[in-house]
Amino acid sequence: MILLIQYTLIFSSVLILVALGGCFSEHSGVINLGLEGIMVMGALGGALAMKYLPIAIPGFFYVLLVLLAAILFGVVYSSLLAVACINYKADQTIVGTALNMLGTAAATVLVKAINTAENVNNVSSEISYIEPKKKFIAYLGEFEFNWFMVITIIALVVAYVVLYKTRFGLRLMACGEHPQAADSVGINVYKMRWAGVLISGAYGGLGGICYILAGVSIWKFEYGVAGFGFLALAVMIFGQWKPHRIALSALLFGFFRALGNTYTVFEFLVNMKLPSTVYNMMPYIISLIVLALTSSHSRAPKAEGIPYDKSQR
Amino acid sequence: MAEQYAIEMLNITKRFPGIVANDNITLQLRKGEIHALLGENGAGKSTLMSVLFGLYQPEEGVIKKDGVEVQIKDPNDANALGIGMVHQHFKLVECFSVLDNIILGVEPTNHGFLQKDIARKKVLALSEKYGLKVEPDAKIEDITVGMQQRTEILKMLYRDNEILIFDEPTAVLTPQEITELMQIMKNLAAEGKSILFISHKLAEIMAVSDRCTVLRKGKCIGTVETAKTNIEELSAMMVGRNVNFHVEKKPMTPGNVVLEIDNMTVASKIHKNNAVKNVSLKVRQGEIVCIAGIDGNGQTEFVHGLAGLDPLVSGKIFLEGKDVSKASIRQKSILGMSHIPEDRHKHGLVLDYTLEDNLVLQTYFTDEFTDKLGFLKRDAIRNYAEKIIEEYDVRSGQGPITIARSMSGGNQQKAIVGREIEKAPELLIAVQPTRGLDVGAIEYIHKQLVAQRDAGKAVLLVSLELDEVLDVSDRILVMYEGEIVGEFDPKKTTQEELGLYMAGAKRMEVKA
Repeated sequence: MILLIQYTLIFSSVLILVALGGCFSEHSGVINLGLEGIMVMGALGGALAMKYLPIAIPGFFYVLLVLLAAILFGVVYSSLLAVACINYKADQTIVGTALNMLGTAAATVLVKAINTAENVNNVSSEISYIEPKKKFIAYLGEFEFNWFMVITIIALVVAYVVLYKTRFGLRLMACGEHPQAADSVGINVYKMRWAGVLISGAYGGLGGICYILAGVSIWKFEYGVAGFGFLALAVMIFGQWKPHRIALSALLFGFFRALGNTYTVFEFLVNMKLPSTVYNMMPYIISLIVLALTSSHSRAPKAEGIPYDKSQR
Repeated sequence: MAEQYAIEMLNITKRFPGIVANDNITLQLRKGEIHALLGENGAGKSTLMSVLFGLYQPEEGVIKKDGVEVQIKDPNDANALGIGMVHQHFKLVECFSVLDNIILGVEPTNHGFLQKDIARKKVLALSEKYGLKVEPDAKIEDITVGMQQRTEILKMLYRDNEILIFDEPTAVLTPQEITELMQIMKNLAAEGKSILFISHKLAEIMAVSDRCTVLRKGKCIGTVETAKTNIEELSAMMVGRNVNFHVEKKPMTPGNVVLEIDNMTVASKIHKNNAVKNVSLKVRQGEIVCIAGIDGNGQTEFVHGLAGLDPLVSGKIFLEGKDVSKASIRQKSILGMSHIPEDRHKHGLVLDYTLEDNLVLQTYFTDEFTDKLGFLKRDAIRNYAEKIIEEYDVRSGQGPITIARSMSGGNQQKAIVGREIEKAPELLIAVQPTRGLDVGAIEYIHKQLVAQRDAGKAVLLVSLELDEVLDVSDRILVMYEGEIVGEFDPKKTTQEELGLYMAGAKRMEVKA
């Protein structure tokens, strides 16, 4: 039972972080389908940091540096989306999809190259971080507490405050709803959209490192992040682009994802003799059902997906 | 000593490729006056205001504020100089509150955190001072168009703007709201604000402005004191000839019923309620029936249901006695229904097709234009297009092979009118057929509608313009929130009376 709660919380954390990223980007008016690729890049940045940072660094700073590396990778990678979609007005769906494909592929190639350079016989795309991982975890009795749970709560509060209580948030959301109106009162729409996309890169990168630290101590980059970026988009839509509702819907999805990892501890579930794949499929099936049922009521930012062109007023 | 002006635009010339949009125009706005800018579409009013607002840079000429020359490179410069504008299409974020929209861009903050209490006090004080009633916490999407406009005005006042530009502000308002707006504008001028009022509605200009500058084809025709002129003179200045405002009509001689609608209900695409509720009406040969109402009261859905663009929830439609409630658009077209749509770009034309292809959109499959093997008879299409172009005076760069997108709005509309009338319909549905057109084109289209009526056809006109409603129609039905709430004889009613019904203040039982 404790295990289920633990996994629910950690998977929800990933979903919350990434969905908040999507939320910032979409509120600025850019659909970020590239979250999947951004997560991979964030995971790569964090994993490389864990590979190369001396383990002697005190826990707090170690964690901080790994997070910063993940954020940096996410932000830099998301700037590709920003350049293409904001400055060059490319189709956001296509660029996002390209980022996803590029993300996993580039990370795999890079890690393989690093591994082969160290040892000619090693052609795997794995990075292991057994020791570093311990710095992210504290034990409260049987409960394996992961610092990402705290980070997520902070990130959630920050997102809420920034969106609804600050000047920046008001202007950001105006750009996603009615960029011409924002422009007419002197707001630089391009700048705000850049900000939205880069913030989504930061959140997505954090989500990526959180994801690979959730269960395992070794990550094979060929796997990408198994559709978690898309799941996060579903969470965002189900959460109506609002941070507090995103948190709740992430818990729902996180719960079903966690069930896939932990169902064996529940006797009645084991007795049903369903193949384990059924449980692994759960979050994705749930997302299909939830979106099918709720999408007719959902209210996305009005101008999302439409490149802003100053000359077309 | 020369007179002190709030804004002077001196000898402004702005060229676009192939056209001089503003040719040596001078406009001087006195402090505290309401100055109207009058002209047909394409006369250069918008270009001139865009120059003042920093959206375009003029090739020649200078702008002076309080006698000092200034450079206005973008809207931010204009804002900094105290120039504010209420755009024709409001620039409001629909899911934000009134207050958020007003402060957007100039938010009072403390370390980046919004201080809405301070903003609210200022907005309430301004709203009190100028009689601009708004609900600060209501969302834009939930409030009336009138309140949205007051929000836009408050946006300018909140920024302490001294020069206020109103771009066609009355187009979206009811007669009562227009009266209210006029009063607000007078209050603002009395408080020392200088107002530029763009319009092509002469009555409003006469009612509210102190002076009026008239533009025609990019040139400045002159500036006159409103008190020393009259509507006829202004219109002659605007169009360059005398315009006949009143449509000449013979008494009507109604014949058989062509269209009968029985309890028609149409769903809304925006909300869950029905947009059109149990509407019944009849249109006879030789009469023009007009559906009047404020925009968004179900007229669009009514026409979509009638023309077959949207399905009916319930009810029946009879065209010449045949039940066409479930007939396809093509069937209805063949049976004699013609439709001049509200949105000519969305439903009227394929913008990237040539003019000739657009003219046979509903008839290309007939034997006249398609041979037995299924190939188009291009020659026949060309001849047909040339005939319509000739008869309806559709002007375009390359004749039949002009791409529709490149034509002016008025000529696009003439092409549609020509196409729909040439089909020799029994019923002509015309939805806001003169929207966005200039006086000359409006006069022409009104004549065509009356000609159809005199030829014994049934005409159903949907219009938001009360002048048009009263002038053209033989019978007026007022639609409010999807229901017919009043029936009037245009000779025995007034704008004010219609306004009360359009705003939902009064209603009567109407039997089809």
